[in-house]
Amino acid sequence: MNETLKSLRFTLLAVVAALVVSAFIIVITDIEALGDGNFGQAFSTLGTAYWGLFKGSFGSLRAISNTITGATPLLLAGLAVSSAFKAGLFNIGATGQMLAGAITGLWVGFAFQLPPIIHVPLALLAAAVGGALFGAIPGALKARTGAHEVITTIMLNGIASFTVLWLLKTELFKREGRDDAISKFVEDSAKLPKLFWFMGKRIDLLAHTGFIVALLATFVFWWLLRKTTLGFEMQATGFNQEAARYAGMKTKSLMVVSMAIAGAFAGLAGGSEVLGLYGYASGSVAGDIGFDAIAVALLGRSTPIGTLVSALLFGALQAGGRQMQVDTDVPIDLIIVLRALIVFFIAAPLLVKAIFRVKGDAKGFGQTFRGWGG
Amino acid sequence: MKFELRGITKRFPGVVANDNVNLEVSTGEVLALIGENGAGKSTLMNVLYGIYRPDEGELRIDGTPQHFSSPADAIAAGIGMVHQHFMLVPVMTVAENVVLGVEPTGRLGSLDIDEARRMVKEVSDKYSLELNPDAVIEDLPVGVRQRVEIVKVLMRDAKIVVFDEPTAVLTPSEILEFFEIVRSLVAAGRGVIFITHKLKEALTIADRINVLRRGKVVGEANPKNTTESEIAEMMVGRAVQLVVDKKPATPGAAMLQVKNLSVVEPDGRTVVDDVSFEVRVGEIVGIAGVQGNGQTELVEALSGMRRAASGSISVADRDVSHDSPRERHAAGMAHIPEDRQRQGLVTEMSITENLVLTRYHDAEFSQGIRMKWDVAAARAKELVAAYDIRTNDPSQPASTLSGGNQQKVIVARELSRDIRLAVAAQPTRGIDVGSIEYVHSQIVKERDAGVAVLVVSTELDEIMSLSDRVLVMYRGRIVADLDPKKVSHMDIGLYMAGSRPAAVAS
Repeated sequence: MNETLKSLRFTLLAVVAALVVSAFIIVITDIEALGDGNFGQAFSTLGTAYWGLFKGSFGSLRAISNTITGATPLLLAGLAVSSAFKAGLFNIGATGQMLAGAITGLWVGFAFQLPPIIHVPLALLAAAVGGALFGAIPGALKARTGAHEVITTIMLNGIASFTVLWLLKTELFKREGRDDAISKFVEDSAKLPKLFWFMGKRIDLLAHTGFIVALLATFVFWWLLRKTTLGFEMQATGFNQEAARYAGMKTKSLMVVSMAIAGAFAGLAGGSEVLGLYGYASGSVAGDIGFDAIAVALLGRSTPIGTLVSALLFGALQAGGRQMQVDTDVPIDLIIVLRALIVFFIAAPLLVKAIFRVKGDAKGFGQTFRGWGG
Repeated sequence: MKFELRGITKRFPGVVANDNVNLEVSTGEVLALIGENGAGKSTLMNVLYGIYRPDEGELRIDGTPQHFSSPADAIAAGIGMVHQHFMLVPVMTVAENVVLGVEPTGRLGSLDIDEARRMVKEVSDKYSLELNPDAVIEDLPVGVRQRVEIVKVLMRDAKIVVFDEPTAVLTPSEILEFFEIVRSLVAAGRGVIFITHKLKEALTIADRINVLRRGKVVGEANPKNTTESEIAEMMVGRAVQLVVDKKPATPGAAMLQVKNLSVVEPDGRTVVDDVSFEVRVGEIVGIAGVQGNGQTELVEALSGMRRAASGSISVADRDVSHDSPRERHAAGMAHIPEDRQRQGLVTEMSITENLVLTRYHDAEFSQGIRMKWDVAAARAKELVAAYDIRTNDPSQPASTLSGGNQQKVIVARELSRDIRLAVAAQPTRGIDVGSIEYVHSQIVKERDAGVAVLVVSTELDEIMSLSDRVLVMYRGRIVADLDPKKVSHMDIGLYMAGSRPAAVAS
């Protein structure tokens, strides 16, 4: 069996194991039913909950739209983590890079009056550039001083979020008549078109063409890795920096370039949220996406296709979780538990091996993230 | 006690690592198990030590079948193993390490360190191992650490002691001491299995030699009436040239000129000290020396991996002292690095990718930023065939290759392009006989094609047989410039140790 299939099998098994454990949690926390000794009731809650999870993620066009809406920023931010990781860098700074891209995209979105055919790409470009510049900082710090990117990207997340809060209150960004940190709306010409525009004016279909941007970005990531000298250099450096240096690669500038590329992906994530979903920016525009992206990249083993699939899975869980909460009393927080369990089982390959009695080694499965990049 | 392996077969997906292997060893004798890297020696040892279970066959002690499901079972049955990589806690003392896991305890379970010291002393004296129980491991040389491992095994009362490539980490004099220890073990009625790929050592110490090739025992030899080349032939499966076959050199103009080169460590130590030499077109210059006398740093300075503190390096009369590694590649310098896993290869990447690692930016393999992977794959196919790299599929990761084949990947990559100077550091370290022969012949071929070659090696045999001229490095300086045909191993050994043979002293 080839490595890809093998790792895919383990990933699937981890998801299954997480669903089983979550099922236990749903049953044992159904206090009312259990208190009455009504196990049938508890199991029917479980059934309703998982049915809701499915219905809310893939059960209708609206559900699919919600899944896509959730997956879009996760995919772009996931690429930011995956691409840096391919170059041996552990990018915890997707949040900060998203915020940088959100702000630059937002500014181009409201500061200019242009036809959409120019305005949309220009605003997206601005978001990518904003993220790239912000992402390059920890790369440059590591290349020049050896400062570890894990520390610097975490610090820069803090810097970014407070800078954004401050910016949103300046005259330039502030929305007329509001005192809190919330921005002006972008021009309609800068808004990303809805993905299901052909369905007429259904305002419940939130999915936007940021998803197409994310798919293109995934393709670009694949192309970079497989078809370019830069991707070859990034990967060689990521696997073995000494050998890359021996081969004449400029490993220090590669650190900066790799982080800039990662930042550009995250910047697009921020930009697509502002230009596609909200139409404005607030301090919480990045939310927890930058951190969830680490789990997305981990689950996707940092490959383009893996990141895509795991972003869709996480998007689906998010969308389905809301439906589950509506249909049953199971809170959406269970989704956080479920995601944590998936990551847990991915990180504990031997456990999954033991549970499912998989023969052979867990090769191609464990150690998705080797150490701390270093 | 007689320990037997009967019909041991162990399969892994896609390979039969051990194929119906029979061998036996009794107390009071030394059995050498010899084979190339990848012949199945390590798998066999893991089977007899209880780490792997054989798919077929059984282990017997004095005729009774044994079922080892863990090393603990093997230890209990009287099998001890001294691993190639020591398992010692560096910050603890010899006594503490030896009793780790089987600590003698006093009242309330407190560690009775005096008892531990006494036990170490007793075993050490019995086999004249000369160990100080209170010495801290990290202060001890490698040869002494190995003796600590031996004591660990003896304390657990092993009747059969297995040594896995024990001499790989030892200096020549430590190897002689090690042989003495093996002899005293045998004299005390223990049996020894000695795993190695070094022919000379097997012939020196073993009572019997078993040769393993592709998972099978292909022959048994008696060291008293066998020669090195006979065993080498059994190992490789064909006649092997153990001596480098080359014509006299016809050196031309100077290609590499090194003048007053010094390299200083960040802590201020001078590791290469005012070194000057030249390598001419069509000659092989060997640099001999005990590991750690500045050879590594010299090569790093030559290849551009490290800045020299002073002095100059020129290739074909062009000063390359301040050039980057890539500029030096472009100037016609090939570099076979001393550590193939750390520098020479990205083992996680495919063989094809590794074959273009230093050349991917050439117009042949890329255009702008677009890689021409189809061209690279075609080229890899050619190189795999031309340089005899044993693989079915160059798109497999380089880590799937044996050490010798990994080295051939580097040799193919570095020597197949248009070069004028080749710097080869430890070109045959840790690779099998067949591959050594091949790498040497390629180096000689380059010399005959008019390339200047610098070989750095700590293997004196290699330097002596390959070089047209030998430089000896000691404490960062070049202390001798010798003709290998006119100087003995012994004299070079003296230079390497920092003294000067009486006959040539001036």
